[in-house]
Amino acid sequence: MKRLVILGAGTAGTMMANHLHKSLNRPEWEITIIDEKEEHHYQPGYLFLPFDIYEPEDIVKTIDEFIPKDVHLVRSGIDKIEADSNKVLLSNGDVLHYDVLIIATGAKIAPEEIPGMQDEAWHKSVFDFYTFEGSLALRNKLREWEGGRLVVHITEMPIKCPVAPLEFAFLADSYFKNKHMRERVEITFVTPLSGAFTKPKATEALDHLLAEKQIHIESDFAIERVDSINKKIVDYGGREIPFDLLVTVPTNKGDECIERSGLGDDLNFVPTNKATLQSLAHDNIFVLGDASNIPASKAGSVAHFEAEILTENILRFIHGEPLKEEFDGHANCFIETGGGKALLIDFNYTHEPVEGTFPFPGVGPLRLLKESRMNHMGKLAFRWIYWNMLLKGTHIPFVSATMQEAGKEF
Amino acid sequence: MEKQICGKVIHVNEEGYLTDLNEWTPEIAEELAKEYDITLSPRHWEVLKYLQSEHKNNVPLSIRKIGKSNVVDIKEFYALFPQGPLKISSKIAGIPKPASCL
Repeated sequence: MKRLVILGAGTAGTMMANHLHKSLNRPEWEITIIDEKEEHHYQPGYLFLPFDIYEPEDIVKTIDEFIPKDVHLVRSGIDKIEADSNKVLLSNGDVLHYDVLIIATGAKIAPEEIPGMQDEAWHKSVFDFYTFEGSLALRNKLREWEGGRLVVHITEMPIKCPVAPLEFAFLADSYFKNKHMRERVEITFVTPLSGAFTKPKATEALDHLLAEKQIHIESDFAIERVDSINKKIVDYGGREIPFDLLVTVPTNKGDECIERSGLGDDLNFVPTNKATLQSLAHDNIFVLGDASNIPASKAGSVAHFEAEILTENILRFIHGEPLKEEFDGHANCFIETGGGKALLIDFNYTHEPVEGTFPFPGVGPLRLLKESRMNHMGKLAFRWIYWNMLLKGTHIPFVSATMQEAGKEF
Repeated sequence: MEKQICGKVIHVNEEGYLTDLNEWTPEIAEELAKEYDITLSPRHWEVLKYLQSEHKNNVPLSIRKIGKSNVVDIKEFYALFPQGPLKISSKIAGIPKPASCL
């Protein structure tokens, strides 16, 4: 019997377990998935939790219910991968041999990278919303906050869901308006990039949103440290931005087990072929989702499209056939803009988000790169799709793994 | 769009970043640097070469990452390319501006 091992039962790993359980030959292949956690979180929900739009129970389920019964779920941490001998060493002391390995260990925040970020003010006046704990602590803070300077901040790229910080700023504007305290809150968006929008078409189509919502932009800010005593962030060029409430997206890194295994770059992301999803260092290791270093967005939709292509490539690899160089960096994301509206964007490695219709060219019903209530309904409906279709590896009708060019205004 | 520089026609985007690194030459870099009142020294060239090689390997660049590269520390990077070192050095190196997905 041969063994395929999946590291990580998050969005990417769970989807792969479901795809492969349907398509791998049994009983020739055994599938094992490893994760130390009990819970599966709908991570896009972390954006809504602080604003009391979602409750914790909306975004937390158990890992077990999404793993097929004949896939072995091993509940253990991962010590390291010994790629030269095709072994995974588990924290519980067990050693697992594999024929094919899928790394889906994701990305997580590393606030310790920035001096002062995680000191005594952490989750008191300095918050993240990329963890359940951070998002929930921020909800409790916002419920009682009386106003002042809210700074929404990105430390450095790449980060998961790159537009989430901007969505946070938009939703904060709505939230404080609804609480009749918008005039008591100053919202500043701080980015290491050249602006809130960095692509020409998006800048042209969306820049007006910032003025409408009175969101002040501080661009090209490369943070050096957080001074939580004097409540300011300081950049390497000496610029200072004061805050009363800092909502930051810390540096994102891959899992420490990647570092222990010597398989990652300096942020612990695994060097990966961006078209085949095969590891650059080892033929029988594939990398899915946020764990890889490919220049696609770190987002669930990307992992979803990758999973469809990777399933085929793993079958090809097992049969000794050449891999398909098919993944094009396709991402498809709903973006909340506040006030019950949202945008939809669809893009890949070569095409920036543009205006158009989706999924049917010329018809829609969804409009790309334009604010609408329908897109907001789409974003809310997506939670159901995530739990009931996406994780289970069910193909979403009319949405192809590679990006469709028809119906778009390039 | 096209831009005339050093007697050559190069292709740039709306913000003046080269869209094809193959069109880049050291002479073009010197001209682009002049737009920021920068005269390129050997240290500048080392940084530009490093940025180009990282770009060719699809490595996303950040100021902190460059600071840890052993090529240049962050203080010197700011001194070499004042006022937004990453976006200015990227432009002179002929590689795209660091960007997000939107």
